[in-house]
Amino acid sequence: MKYEEFKDNESLELLRESGSNVLLTTIDDVINWGRKSSLWPLTFATSCCGIEMMQTGAPRHDFARFGMEVYRASPRQADVIVVAGTIVNKMAPVLKRLYDQMSEPKYVVAMGACAISGGPFFLNSYSVVKGVEHIIPVDVYIPGCPPRPEALLYGMLQLQRKIETENIKSRKIRVAKNNSK
Amino acid sequence: MEEIIKEVVVGEQEDYVINMGPQHPSTHGVLRLVVSLRGEIVKNVQPHIGYIHRGIEKMCESLTYPQIIHLTDRMDYLSASINNEAVCLAVENALEIDIPDRIKVIRTIMAELTRIQSHQLFWASYGMDLGGQTCYFYGLRDREKVLDIFEETTGGRMIVSYNCPGGLMYDIHPNFQKRVKEFIKYFRSVLWEYDAILTGNVIFRERTIGIGKLSLEDAISYGVTGPSGRASGFSCDIRKHEPYSAYDRVKFNEVLYKEGDTYHRYLARVEEMRESMNIIEQLIDNIPEGPYAVKMKPVIKLPEGEYFQKVETVRGELDVFIVSDGNKNPYRLKFRSPNFVNLGVLNHISKDFKIADLIAIAGSLDFVIPDIDR
Amino acid sequence: MDRTQLGEFIKSLKPDATVIEGKQFIEVTVADTELHSLAKKLRESEETWFDFLVCLTGVDHSNGFEVVYHLRSTRYGHMIVLKTRTSGREKPVLNSVCDIWATAEFHEREVYDLLGVKFNNHPDLRRLFLDSSWGFPLRKDYVDDVNIVTK
Repeated sequence: MKYEEFKDNESLELLRESGSNVLLTTIDDVINWGRKSSLWPLTFATSCCGIEMMQTGAPRHDFARFGMEVYRASPRQADVIVVAGTIVNKMAPVLKRLYDQMSEPKYVVAMGACAISGGPFFLNSYSVVKGVEHIIPVDVYIPGCPPRPEALLYGMLQLQRKIETENIKSRKIRVAKNNSK
Repeated sequence: MEEIIKEVVVGEQEDYVINMGPQHPSTHGVLRLVVSLRGEIVKNVQPHIGYIHRGIEKMCESLTYPQIIHLTDRMDYLSASINNEAVCLAVENALEIDIPDRIKVIRTIMAELTRIQSHQLFWASYGMDLGGQTCYFYGLRDREKVLDIFEETTGGRMIVSYNCPGGLMYDIHPNFQKRVKEFIKYFRSVLWEYDAILTGNVIFRERTIGIGKLSLEDAISYGVTGPSGRASGFSCDIRKHEPYSAYDRVKFNEVLYKEGDTYHRYLARVEEMRESMNIIEQLIDNIPEGPYAVKMKPVIKLPEGEYFQKVETVRGELDVFIVSDGNKNPYRLKFRSPNFVNLGVLNHISKDFKIADLIAIAGSLDFVIPDIDR
Repeated sequence: MDRTQLGEFIKSLKPDATVIEGKQFIEVTVADTELHSLAKKLRESEETWFDFLVCLTGVDHSNGFEVVYHLRSTRYGHMIVLKTRTSGREKPVLNSVCDIWATAEFHEREVYDLLGVKFNNHPDLRRLFLDSSWGFPLRKDYVDDVNIVTK
């Protein structure tokens, strides 16, 4: 994405709900700024993308400078779950339970090809869930196998822009894709 | 429906059974351990696996041999080059193709660089598991330099898919030799820091010396290979016993200790980093000229029969067993992965230690869970 | 011992086993009821001393399940392949070798899980990767229209 488009806020304004009075919009801005600047991820990494996520926390591509200061092990204390790695039929109920235990507001980032659609294991595998959106609703998709640390950072910044457009009057309730799994 | 074969008794009546679930900061992946405790002493550890079982062996029965290379990368992703090499060597030996020297030397150098970066990650995460957060930053800072070298030549940082049946995918980058030499010079000057932080540290030594002893007979009977087995005295290094690629023309020591406890399993890996640097130094200046790939047929078919190839990955012996019926897909492909076998010994060596020691023992055996489940 | 002497010695241990010199290793094929006794003799006799079970594989053939054992000796360095086949595809049963080599415990659980071959005298034969309601995926007649997407 070009830098000019990234800084473009008019399209963000269009995404907001129809305007409300000055007091509420200012409160919205402050709350959204607070939420997006300190998103704490849950420690959840199943396979190779997990190592690239660890490498993003390493000194070179540090993501603590964007607000993701610590990883929380307990779902009650985490804001965002970055699903890094393949999800298998046996692991799917565990992931759903973790997502349910997280407290609102919560966000989901699908990192890597396996979490988006099953990845290299799409064909001929009997136990891979073909995409994590069958289980939990996803906010941002980050393609790659595995995505570079810069790609993960870009995805998290897009999530921050998405949070900027929220508003306290109506938080949309997201549901997973209606599927048998 | 399945009938239950036998009721499994996890613990006695008074035992306290806890679950270190699939999502846990220190299990290095999705490993579920059901631990039965008496007070703080561990009586029984039952690993439950299968949370990342992707069915790779069944998938391989419908893929061609060059396509299988891309799946082997993702099994034990920290020794990706070496896993690729296993399948490539199996196919090349089955078809009896002569591989030029240039390819063998480059494969060996990439394998040793892979070993170094995996041990760096082991050091970083082991220190963090035991509470020393600094190790995470030091280890991963240095690992970035190896990943830069990989990326310049192969395009991928961790998942490389560089070896293919018949040779390599592309030739090495012109900067390769210069950057590898710079890295070795830098890393040798920095490795004393690793010893200063962890190896000589009083807290680390108290937590690891004498914990989780594995005797030599048990190591052989349980089949524990790799640095975990060599720390118990089991001389199992395939690079020494049955050399492949360019290992027959380099001199290096096999790192063996006799004590077999957690501290020596850790020490074996740090010493192996030094040995890997010695191997690379012997090879990096004299890479022979030649082609980087041998021309193969477009569709590779192995003749009927069974083929077995062993390589020494970072964590132990990986064996590829191919049963072929003459088609372009294998009839049965089995990976004997080292982590799967090493997991079998966890229950045996953690009996009667405390639960904090269980973390130290499981970390020192250095599991990569997708390799267990395949 | 070199390969021919090793082959003759093994034939003398169990005369009704078939011993072939393959390209890579000596291949010993034995009936499924005789497997445990031959394995025990190979482990304990001083001339062979096969103390390291390298790999245990299950292969699905049309007339039975074949289980392949790769054995290696840490004392002498030689390696052989020991094969056996169950007598049919319904209710395949073999004797476990867990009392000889401790590593067989996990390997046999995997063969049971993916192929359905049961082992007698196994200390803990449960399913390993999959739940108890799955079929046996590595069998050639395993069909799963819901999960598998084929090209």
